[in-house]
Amino acid sequence: MTEQQWPLWEVFIRSKQGLDHKHVGSIHAADAPMAIENARDVYTRRMEGVSIWVVESKYIHASNPDEAASLYDPANDKIYRHPTFYDLPDELKHM
Amino acid sequence: MSLSSPFDSVLPHYVLHLADNALVLGHRNSEWTGHGPILEQDIALANIALDLVGQARYLYQYAAKLAGNELTEDSLAYGRDAWDFRNCLLVEQANGDWGKTILRQFLFSAWQLSFYDRLRESRDSELAAIAEKSYKEVIYHLRWSSEWVIRLGDGTEESHNRMEKALDQLWKFTGELFVPAEYERSLGTTGVAVDVEALRTPWEKKVGEVFAEAQLAWPHAAGGVAGADARRDAAGAAKSAWAQTGGKDGRHTEELGYLLAEMQFLQRAYPGCEW
Repeated sequence: MTEQQWPLWEVFIRSKQGLDHKHVGSIHAADAPMAIENARDVYTRRMEGVSIWVVESKYIHASNPDEAASLYDPANDKIYRHPTFYDLPDELKHM
Repeated sequence: MSLSSPFDSVLPHYVLHLADNALVLGHRNSEWTGHGPILEQDIALANIALDLVGQARYLYQYAAKLAGNELTEDSLAYGRDAWDFRNCLLVEQANGDWGKTILRQFLFSAWQLSFYDRLRESRDSELAAIAEKSYKEVIYHLRWSSEWVIRLGDGTEESHNRMEKALDQLWKFTGELFVPAEYERSLGTTGVAVDVEALRTPWEKKVGEVFAEAQLAWPHAAGGVAGADARRDAAGAAKSAWAQTGGKDGRHTEELGYLLAEMQFLQRAYPGCEW
């Protein structure tokens, strides 16, 4: 591949034990079937998974790192959103 | 090492034939490692190479066990010369460009799928077990190579022309896949070996379907591609009447010698060396 690069695809794999597909990396492919095959060949060589999702990277929309302060800092001082202020009876062991 | 001396029965010859098919094509594919058109396809072909070498190992181990002497999987793979190899001629053909490598894989995988499918029913339980495992691998090899044949055959003018050229180079070696060697004939009656003559019809059907989608003309007799208008006729009468044979009996093309020289160099120069 020289002048024309195949589109980039993001790969998500679900492991045998897992319930969710986890992002594992990206590959190049000309179309969706090839993307699935390439993902299989690159990311499941060591029995990493039993299910593959691919999505063309251009369809992923990301939050802007420059806005991190306004997006995430306000949660810092709202510790009451965590359920850690309840008095639990001693009989409850695994909370 | 002569074949006639270590084996006193027919079965090991058959097992070696199957092992050599897998090893030689596996090695050919491995020659692409680090040279594939893109990283993803480099890995894809390396995976197929590893599948094939894995199949070869099981088969060589079985052949060595049958021989019951000092032979090992390594001595069988690295210690025999070209005339002792029993692989068919198709798998030893040089890689050429990506299109030729793809087409070689496709033509062989289409055969190997039907072959392993039937070998699963072999009365030899060891061969049946190896076939069972290998069959799943070949399903993927065929899927992968079919898509590439279609992609390149029905791609640009350049890719189509390269596929036609590859077809012209490889077609004459496909007939051998369906011509049984002596050891296949004698084992066929016992239910151990697959009747390869019966594989021609399913193979032609599969190859014909993919060629149609790939806009590739069905080659005429004598192994040549007669041109874009030489579509396979309705009766399928245009099949090759002539096939290059000999590989299954140890009479190989020049290509195999170069392959073995590279593959066997280390064990020849440093016998028994491990690392």
